Amino acid sequence: MRTVGDELRAHPFFAGLSEDCMQLIAGCGEHVVFRSGATIASEGSAANEFYVIERGRVALQLHTSATGALLIQTLDAGDILGWSWLFPPFRWSIEARAMQDVHAIRLDGKCLRGKCDTDPAMGYALMQRFSYIMSQRVEATRLQVLDVYGRANRS
Amino acid sequence: MKDPLLPHLVEMQSWQQESELVFTFQVAPPEEYGSFRAGQFNMLYLPGMGESAISISGDPADRNHLTHTVRAVGNVTRALHGLRPPARIGLRGPFGRGWPLAAAEGRELLLMAGGIGLAPLRPVLFQALAAPERYQRVTLLLGARSPEEILYSEQLLRWKSDAGLQFLATVDVASAAWRGDVGVITDLVQRAAINPQQTVAMVCGPEIMLRFCARRLRELGVASDAIHVSLERHMQCGTGFCGHCQLGPYFLCKDGPVFAYPAVEPYLMTQEF
Repeated sequence: MRTVGDELRAHPFFAGLSEDCMQLIAGCGEHVVFRSGATIASEGSAANEFYVIERGRVALQLHTSATGALLIQTLDAGDILGWSWLFPPFRWSIEARAMQDVHAIRLDGKCLRGKCDTDPAMGYALMQRFSYIMSQRVEATRLQVLDVYGRANRS
Repeated sequence: MKDPLLPHLVEMQSWQQESELVFTFQVAPPEEYGSFRAGQFNMLYLPGMGESAISISGDPADRNHLTHTVRAVGNVTRALHGLRPPARIGLRGPFGRGWPLAAAEGRELLLMAGGIGLAPLRPVLFQALAAPERYQRVTLLLGARSPEEILYSEQLLRWKSDAGLQFLATVDVASAAWRGDVGVITDLVQRAAINPQQTVAMVCGPEIMLRFCARRLRELGVASDAIHVSLERHMQCGTGFCGHCQLGPYFLCKDGPVFAYPAVEPYLMTQEF
């Protein structure tokens, strides 16, 4: 059976990190399973972890009084879920729910924050990787907000 | 057709609502029409209203029907939305350069469509899935505003289950009842099984989507000249005389609407164009 460390070393998100870093990160990780429909994180709750999704689909959703639950984005195998653990006040800004049975690696953000504080090189390396994900999500959000398909394109 | 500026009266044969504003109808082709190539368009004319350039969305092998999928957003298209068989309309065409299907033979064919941009790509699917042995793989990545606005959904699912089409769709926003992807089309590229070095990509949708898709495809290793896009401007004469659809050195109606991406990329980044 592959260990958490094996899984993380094979994941592109962690590519390029030193073996020392990987051992530290893997030491903060564990395999978890969420059954379909389970809430992985609630908006406003303490964010002390992030997830590497191995199998299954996760819905990121917001609740409004007008629309109820609104599905903003879905994440699938290979995606990283959660960056709120990196920034004060360390609260989830969105709800994450398992749309199918979800197998993931949960990484303890509190533990990693401590390690990043004492090892700035590792902190910078992780921050670079999360910044890339955030930049991708900002770009995607721009496209969604533009409502490009609602405009009068071809035909 | 002998005189490309002279509309021929054709009769509407069928009409079907696809989503709130999008509808598909078929007309009987004029006798001298011949055939069309996937990616070409017709000019549809309503007396007293005007003309509109409409992509042909049907099967190029079907010589008995010309199919158009239209979004009702302007005077002509809104009027077309109100017509029903056996209404008669004017038609000129086909115009423009189509998709370079021959360039994809022996390779992977990747189609990326956004919204009603699927309409000009559907003829490619008809052709490619009728001769799948010519391609290593045929993939359609589709972005839509909402699940309700995914065009031809039943047909796409049939092609996926019966014809070997690799089909992934994503929407901008959905209710919690939706079980599919939510996000942007560029994310689908990473989820699809494709071999970038073997891929010929054909992309159609809003211009900003074309730019983002081209960028993501290049990042993954698809060759720039293997990325083809279909552009849209205000087409009027259809023959390159009037200049309404000029983009840099090109007249879209005659030199396009399909271009290799490197040829048009500089003009897509220029605000004045």
